[in-house]
Amino acid sequence: MFAFFIRRVTQAVFVMLVISLIGFTIKQSVGDPLREITGISVSAAERDALREKLGLNDPFLLQWGRFLARALQGDLGNSFYFKRPALQVILGKAPATLELVFSTSLLVVLLSIPIGIYAAVRPRAWLARFFMGVSIVGVSIPVFLTAILLIYVFSVGLGWLPSFGRGELVTLFGGWQSGYFTSDGLKHLILPSIALSSIMLPLFIRLIRAEMKEVLETDYIKYARAKGLKPGRVLLVHGFKNTLLPVITVGGVQLGTLIAFTILTETVFQWQGMGAMFIEAVDRADTSLIVAYLVFVGALFVTVNTVVDLVYGLVNPMIRIAGRR
Amino acid sequence: MKRLLLVLLAAALLAGPALAGAKTLRLAIDADPVSLDPHVQLSGGMLQYSHMVFDPLVRWTQAMDFEPRLAERWERLDPLTLRFFLRKGVKFHSGNPFTAKDVVWTLERLKRSPDFKGLFEPFGPAVAVDDYTVDIITTKPYGLTLNMCTYIFPMDSVFYSGTDEKGLPKDAIVKTEHSFANEHASGTGRYFVESREQGQKWVFKAFADYWDKNTGNVDTIVLTPISEDATRLAALLAGDVDFIMPVPPQDFDRIEKTKGVQLITMPGSRIITFQPNQKRRAEFKDARVRQAMVYAVNNAGIVQKIMKERATAAAQNSPRGYVGFVEDLQPRFDLERAKALMKAAGYEKGFTVSMIAPNNRYVNDEKIAEAVVSMLSKINIKVELKTMPKAQFWDEFDAQVADIQMIGWHADTEDSANYFEFLYMCPNKETGYGQYNSGNYCNPRVDELTLASQSETDPAKRAAMLQEVERILYDEAAFIPLHWQMLSWAGSDKLKNAREIVNIMDFPYFGNLVME
Repeated sequence: MFAFFIRRVTQAVFVMLVISLIGFTIKQSVGDPLREITGISVSAAERDALREKLGLNDPFLLQWGRFLARALQGDLGNSFYFKRPALQVILGKAPATLELVFSTSLLVVLLSIPIGIYAAVRPRAWLARFFMGVSIVGVSIPVFLTAILLIYVFSVGLGWLPSFGRGELVTLFGGWQSGYFTSDGLKHLILPSIALSSIMLPLFIRLIRAEMKEVLETDYIKYARAKGLKPGRVLLVHGFKNTLLPVITVGGVQLGTLIAFTILTETVFQWQGMGAMFIEAVDRADTSLIVAYLVFVGALFVTVNTVVDLVYGLVNPMIRIAGRR
Repeated sequence: MKRLLLVLLAAALLAGPALAGAKTLRLAIDADPVSLDPHVQLSGGMLQYSHMVFDPLVRWTQAMDFEPRLAERWERLDPLTLRFFLRKGVKFHSGNPFTAKDVVWTLERLKRSPDFKGLFEPFGPAVAVDDYTVDIITTKPYGLTLNMCTYIFPMDSVFYSGTDEKGLPKDAIVKTEHSFANEHASGTGRYFVESREQGQKWVFKAFADYWDKNTGNVDTIVLTPISEDATRLAALLAGDVDFIMPVPPQDFDRIEKTKGVQLITMPGSRIITFQPNQKRRAEFKDARVRQAMVYAVNNAGIVQKIMKERATAAAQNSPRGYVGFVEDLQPRFDLERAKALMKAAGYEKGFTVSMIAPNNRYVNDEKIAEAVVSMLSKINIKVELKTMPKAQFWDEFDAQVADIQMIGWHADTEDSANYFEFLYMCPNKETGYGQYNSGNYCNPRVDELTLASQSETDPAKRAAMLQEVERILYDEAAFIPLHWQMLSWAGSDKLKNAREIVNIMDFPYFGNLVME
């Protein structure tokens, strides 16, 4: 376990170094932040003086080195637009994204498991076919379009749900702004969560259905049935539990996709999370915030993948033994 | 007793409309102001903010006249000095009284701001004659002193003096880091900022001691930045916000057809042009070639087909209403004439050039550029077009990487000379003139007239000079004119006088808005 941990941390440090290097490379081509923070009629000399002051004229390696030295002390630089430390900005936006991702995951788990199992057990039922059909549609429409469609149907057309933003928020301990505790906040969560889950849901339904079908054909299921166990127990304990392994793997890998799609969903719904912040930072050429975001998300990925690997061990002891070697 | 009753009644009547009709305006803009410090950036967003939280000395009316605000009246003492008589009894949000000292202090700060110092270059320090009289003095005779006073939003000099808790001076102008002024504001405006989460939500509240009693009935403004065009429109249509700006042009028809919402448009002053670079291409040194390109571009057609009539086809820089506007300069699309000019110049067979344009800066910028490419191909000028986001565009523009470059320009001074100073005067690094003249067009007469217009204080003579410049630019085809973009806003029908609070600068005067 300890060796595993050490190996992971070393990997993480390496990954972070590479990400920051990539971030610094693309930063040069995103555009000139000085254009965004000065008016158009400001003279070139004035702009150059400011650029010099911000250290943007220094050689590439010097800038990168300076960034790394500060990053080691937990300082990822200052956002040009927010005029505050970038890490502070990102952490301030994180709750919005995490709440959206959590609601979406909840929706995916609550829907994909029963539907997946149902579709595996009764593949010919019209309801199962309906779900499969809808899931094809869901996965083939870009999330951007799904989101706009949802807004036009449920906000503009029917007027049931709000069209943008997070609604009324409650500040919890540590400045975490949550939309989970007001009815207005919850209403605002519905459309973005549905839009975001439209990408994940079909995938998981299909995955669970396929795995389940395979498991149901195995001998031990037949044996369990022959033994006279209750059908529910056979399905859930003997069947479903054994489909979990690939589901968890895919879930871990899909986290990246989920984050990528939060960027789109957040932008459309003006959901003030990290994704929308990132897109706006690119738009504003707020290069220091872009780099900080990339490094932060990189760290998040490494952490989540480590956690997934640990959970893996819990579900399948064989892997735990391999890890211990 | 009767008298007391009468006074009370009068007071009730005066206070009545403001109290009875207190309304909340939910406003959605594509991006929120970058700071609370009005001098940190010269941009449309910051000026919109300044008009909410501060008051200028004078402001433009919709008809482009000057309306007295913190300056009640003014008189010219000599060619250099304009004396302003300030309004009495005006209070800042902090409670400090507004006096001439604040004007002097603010002008001094403007001259330190990297963004504003260019505009205020002709100004010397202001002189407070007494508490309510201030002389604004220019270093040479200057025809635009009053125009510039629309940018003087007096700040609370007492409030911004001293140092903050980090030991930094409160009046520092800081663009990318913490400063007191970036996070605190005290102006004389109708609203103060009650809360602000940058990039997320702003709440403005009406200031109880506001000097102007003749205001609208909006006492709270909730500003939400919504960058996505489709979402901003959907929010309005769904009734989640009351007013949006800007409005995506492809949705104009939809808004007009929808009940309960109103579309407001107004001809704008931002001219969209292409500049053929004479330094990069010898062909463009020949005025006939430039004229041929102007004749080949059907800008009225672009306005009709691409802009859907939401723009005004242009042949000059100054829109109608500006002093330099010349009535008889009209768009000149004539393909035969264009071909004849190319032939006369010896380029019948044409040539290949490069072009760059932004793809998210101006309305339909990419489509317009594509249309111009195909129009130029009719006179055998083959154009290789490259478009890019605005964040990358301006560096390329400055480096003059292409033979033809797109630029749109709005005159910060609301005056014709501003176009010439930035776009057509001979580029000069030292003086800064011709900063965006990527065509490298250079005509000493244009320079001479433009500079002379700066110190001409007789409006008629000044107009004649600026009109002559427009005529020269037209005759020599210094640039390829396309159109002036239209300004657009949309709001719910609950806004009773939305049409009256907007203006060509795109600074809606929300303090005057009346809601149902």
